Parts: sequence; structure tokens; C-alpha cells
Amino acid sequence: MSVVTVERKVLEKNDELAQLNRELFKKHGTFVINLVSSPGSGKTSLLEKTLEHLNGRVKVAVIEGDVQTDLDAQRVAKFDVPVVQIVTNGGCHLDARLVQDALGKMELGGINLLVIENVGNLVCPAGYDLGEAMKVVIASTTEGDDKPLKYPAMFRNASVLVINKIDLVPYLSCNLAELRANALRINPNLAVFETSCTTGSGVREWSEWLITEAGTTSR
Amino acid sequence: MHELSLAENILEIVRESVSSNGGGRLKSVKVRIGELAGVVPDSLDLCFTALTKGTELENAKLDIERCGIVAHCRDCGIDSVVEGMTFKCPACGSGNIKVISGNELQVMEIEVDDECSNS
Repeated sequence: MSVVTVERKVLEKNDELAQLNRELFKKHGTFVINLVSSPGSGKTSLLEKTLEHLNGRVKVAVIEGDVQTDLDAQRVAKFDVPVVQIVTNGGCHLDARLVQDALGKMELGGINLLVIENVGNLVCPAGYDLGEAMKVVIASTTEGDDKPLKYPAMFRNASVLVINKIDLVPYLSCNLAELRANALRINPNLAVFETSCTTGSGVREWSEWLITEAGTTSR
Repeated sequence: MHELSLAENILEIVRESVSSNGGGRLKSVKVRIGELAGVVPDSLDLCFTALTKGTELENAKLDIERCGIVAHCRDCGIDSVVEGMTFKCPACGSGNIKVISGNELQVMEIEVDDECSNS
């Protein structure tokens, strides 16, 4: 009987590929966000509103991740931006290899901002580095104000929180201040935006912030 | 349910390690999983058992070592255990902290029965 020391990361292969993706993004000066949330919190809606606001001021490309269908890619393609759909066929998250494959189907040259919309899931995507500059987590008011406490890893690993569907607050028991406080308890360094994709509230602030970040990366 | 793909990754690392150690029958594998890693130990164990069944690794035991969340305060320099998911330095109250433990997802060691290497 012998005990052999291994000490290898379970996700080492993913991390290696993520690093390759990151180097590619760096080479092209592309700012990359990994957009994560639970299903139905408004990832695609926010993306549509953002593209509408950006109106071609920065060159955007999109990778859509879904368990099934290319419905989201169809929605995004209407804004005349390059979009590649990844269908995971049941997989609950995107990994660096899937993103690497998708990158093979798009031209990154000249792209300032790449948005990777992950599969709707607040658990698994937290652990998978895709090579992005940062994770942006959306929490919508309909999900309640306790989500950050229930899914701490995701809120801890994100750099930005977008609180979406704020127009619905009058009809819900969700307390916005509480939601914000819970998120900051998990991650005091989160930048927080509040948006409504129905009224358009807050979309400008969020989009302008993206432009600034994308501009800083490409310089 | 990403525990299935994690179990696949663990087995890939285990097979490489057994082979580079000159073969033998795997008795157990020890993995370290942090509380922030988003892994359900029971699910991982179930997936590990399902994937090893009928293979040369059947009956190997998955030994899961959990580790809590520890943070280092960048302001006062103190390391502390994060309790109740409040990420704040208990000494100075700063939120400028770095998680130094809790995200672990690592294969630590394997136990191999060398005598069975030729069976």
C-alpha cells in the first residue's frame, strides 16, 4: 500500500484553457464579461437594452450559452452584432473549452467588448473561469432579496451586480436596500447598478460604465 | 449537476496518477473541497461511484475533506475564519479582504495497493 501525493486542481484543464482565452482577449484588446444569473432574471433583456443604448459606439460581439435552442442568439442578432450560440445539451454551465470553440467561429479583431451570456444558473458557472475580465451577476427583484446569501460563491466571484426589474418593486415583497446590503455583505467590493429593461431605467449608467471599461482595455 | 463533470475530471487525474506511479489498485482518493466551491459532497460521491462502477477503479473510496472559508485582511493583515457568510474583517471591520481558503477543489492524494499491480 502506498500513498501518493497528487495535489492537482480538479479544474486544472479548464483553467489552462481559460488562460489561453484570456491571452487571446488581451492580444485583441477585448474587454470580456461573463454574464451570470438564475434563469429568467433578464440577462438577454439587459443585453438587448445595452446594445440598443451602445448603438454601435463600441464594437460588441456576443457568445450565447443555453441548454437548448438558439432563441437568445436570434434576439441578439437583430442588433447586427456577431453572435455565436453555444448549446450545452443539458450542461448546466459554460466552460473554457466551449468558449474556445465558439471563439473559433468569430473574428475578435476590432471587437472592444465581448459579452458571454452564461447558462442561467447561480451555482455551477461560479466555479468555471472562461478567461473573462470579470463576472457580472444579475439579481432580479422577483427572485427576492436573499439570493446573495443563498448563492454566496457567485456573488463573491462577481465584480459587478446588476439589480434588474426594479420597476416591479412596488408589487413585490423584495426590499431593494436589503438585497443590496446582502450582496455587499458577501462582497463589499461589488459595483452595483439598478436597472429596468421595461422602463429603461439605469440602462444608461450601466452601458456607459461598460464603454469606459472597454475603452480602458483596448488602450 | 456539475458534480458529474467534476467526478470525470477527478478520475482523469487519478488515472494519470496511478499510471505514473507504476499502476496498482486504487484504494482511495482524497479530495479537498472548499465551502465556496459550490460542490455538494454527496452528489460528487454518487457520481464518483457511478463512474467507477465496472471499471478498474470500482470500490475505490472517495474521501472528501471539507475546508472552511478563511480570509486575509488587506488593511490590518489579520487572517480570520469567515462565519455566517459575512465577508468582513472581524478585527478592523474592513471589507477589503482576500479569500485565502474556501475555493479549493483539489485532488490531494491517492492510496494505491501496489500488490495488486499485476492482477
